[in-house]
Amino acid sequence: MTAPSKEALNTLTPVLTKRWLSPDAWQLSVYERLDGYTALRKALAAHPDDLIALIKESGLRGRGGAGFPTGMKWAFIPQNDGKPHYMVVNADEGEPGTCKDLPLMMADPHSLIEGIVIGSYAIRANRAFIYVRGEAVHAARRLRQAVADARAAGYLGTDILGSGFDLDIVVHSGAGAYICGEETALLDSLEGYRGQPRLRPPFPATHGLYSSPTVVNNVETICSVPYIVLGGAAWWRTMGTEKSPGPKIYSLSGRINEPGQYECGLGVTLRQLIELAGGMQPGHRLRFWTPGGSSTPLLTDEHLDVPMDFEGMAGVGTMLGTTAVQIFSDLDCPVYATYRWIEFYHHESCGKCTPCREGCYWMAQILHRILAGKGTHEDLDTLLDSCDNLLGRSFCALGDGAASPVQSSIKYFKQDYLDYIEGRKSPMMVSSLVGAH
Amino acid sequence: MPFSEETYTRAKEIIARYPEGKERSALLPLLHLVQSEAGYVTPEGVTFCAEQLGITRAQVGAVATFYTMYKRKPTGEWLVSVCTNTMCGVLGGDKTFEALSEYLGVGHDESTTDGLITLEHAECLAACDYAPVVTVNYEFFDRYQADQALTLIHQLEEGLRPQPSRGARLCTLKEMSLQLAGFADEREGAVGEGPAAEPTLRGNRLAEQYGISVAGYDPATPIPTQADREAAKAAPAAEKPAAPSQPAEKAGAARNSQEAEK
Repeated sequence: MTAPSKEALNTLTPVLTKRWLSPDAWQLSVYERLDGYTALRKALAAHPDDLIALIKESGLRGRGGAGFPTGMKWAFIPQNDGKPHYMVVNADEGEPGTCKDLPLMMADPHSLIEGIVIGSYAIRANRAFIYVRGEAVHAARRLRQAVADARAAGYLGTDILGSGFDLDIVVHSGAGAYICGEETALLDSLEGYRGQPRLRPPFPATHGLYSSPTVVNNVETICSVPYIVLGGAAWWRTMGTEKSPGPKIYSLSGRINEPGQYECGLGVTLRQLIELAGGMQPGHRLRFWTPGGSSTPLLTDEHLDVPMDFEGMAGVGTMLGTTAVQIFSDLDCPVYATYRWIEFYHHESCGKCTPCREGCYWMAQILHRILAGKGTHEDLDTLLDSCDNLLGRSFCALGDGAASPVQSSIKYFKQDYLDYIEGRKSPMMVSSLVGAH
Repeated sequence: MPFSEETYTRAKEIIARYPEGKERSALLPLLHLVQSEAGYVTPEGVTFCAEQLGITRAQVGAVATFYTMYKRKPTGEWLVSVCTNTMCGVLGGDKTFEALSEYLGVGHDESTTDGLITLEHAECLAACDYAPVVTVNYEFFDRYQADQALTLIHQLEEGLRPQPSRGARLCTLKEMSLQLAGFADEREGAVGEGPAAEPTLRGNRLAEQYGISVAGYDPATPIPTQADREAAKAAPAAEKPAAPSQPAEKAGAARNSQEAEK
């Protein structure tokens, strides 16, 4: 394993992850020593509208997958409307491959709380919720402690730091449903219902939690806010690309020597990331990868040098998603990988709309049949046809996402499918894998 | 089985977290609370939630059956979840599940006859950099292959409580359900347990090793006001703040990286 090149190293931008190196940064006293809550003091002295303008100016885009401009989302909240406003943090991390928010909340929970207080002050919300994935108890435990400590220290509660601004945060654990990462399903779940997506419009900005104006932001998005408040928009824009500014936590997993979290300026390439991760494992050659979770169409070794920002990934027919970079090699089977992902979508489909509920169910059956050596050429057409009925016709992005691995794997690896169908590859015995959570 | 006085008190505490008139938000934590006493969502537990919130049993049932973490039959003291989503699956999770299933003689969502262990497949547990992972009562055992997972099971069978790789020491599923209902972990020092391991810190370590930091960070940078923005708009382009007119350097900032120069 050789050392990464200077070029690769220079893509690193330790900002949001920097405190992770201090093992006790989850404790309030340590957080404060590491500049914690200085952004809050600065923000509370500013006008809320100036904070919204600052976030707009920074170009911060949502880190939960869609990349919507955060400042714009905040500005959509109607002011002086006499309704309560809410800030809801989406901490329901579960997109296959994604593993950035849990370490962030584990190592640096106060940065999330500080970001929430600043964001809530900007949008004039007096109540905030962190919807944290049920299984993530290790992170929720620290969050709850951090909320209690922040309240005791006057960073939460009434008249925060003498500003006259009040805010309380509730850490709300989910119960094992991937769909609750979809923002409107999350709101339904938070209201005590089955987590099923809502029809939009109206959007959460006007009719969100309890039909009131609501901002729903991802953990990493909110954690970016204190740094922008402190360092300013121009500094934030020194990282990343013009349309996708700032640092981003890339989560690398799979056939590389050093899987892990790498915070780099947006626009880093896979070649650079693999270099940072110590290269491919011995005996493995890159074959396929996801840029941002299983809902983002697969890419191949042709795409090693494409900038991994929102535009770069859209340019090659995929999406940046959650920058969950899952790396597979020539020893991994793209048909099997696709099958497992579709089993996941099948299990997680909320059942509300027919294309997703039925499409995922049937695609899983067909993929299973192909892997068992009983597939036909017609199966490939049926799979693509199902994708056509899913993509753009599902009620929410879960169904759209399910089409991604199928379409992209057939696009790049049709031969692998044909090898199973035409008997050149021995059938893979797949026990009936149906997952929980 | 009737619920204890304590559970009734806790239910009131849970409901009080949510705005007046929006008590139904308490349903998910209440269902976790039911599991903390009954071990799973019993018919009595459904009634309990319905009564607390003034909704029907059918409404509670509809929610309880939607979420994977609400169990509808008795569940073991130790819920062993093996991630078999794609990444963990190909890196060893599939084999681990098979090995555990064979050893315990149970399939997905089934419990051993002594009621000690429940086995399940899990979908992506958001720990792919630690793949393959196994969790016990939702605490992580990272980079666990089949043989290690079998050892883990043996330890549980012997009444031991192996230390998870991340998070706190193990507690029973009922105790964990109380935390899921939103109550603090009362065990001394538990919140601090579970240091970040190498994959979490890898990028940072590289930056530290090669002396890389993001330059130009000044925490005293003023937050522009409405007046500042108007003035900037009125001023000729050349006098605008430097950054937006600078071509954004791809993927990086100016750096202090003497080490990287080598």
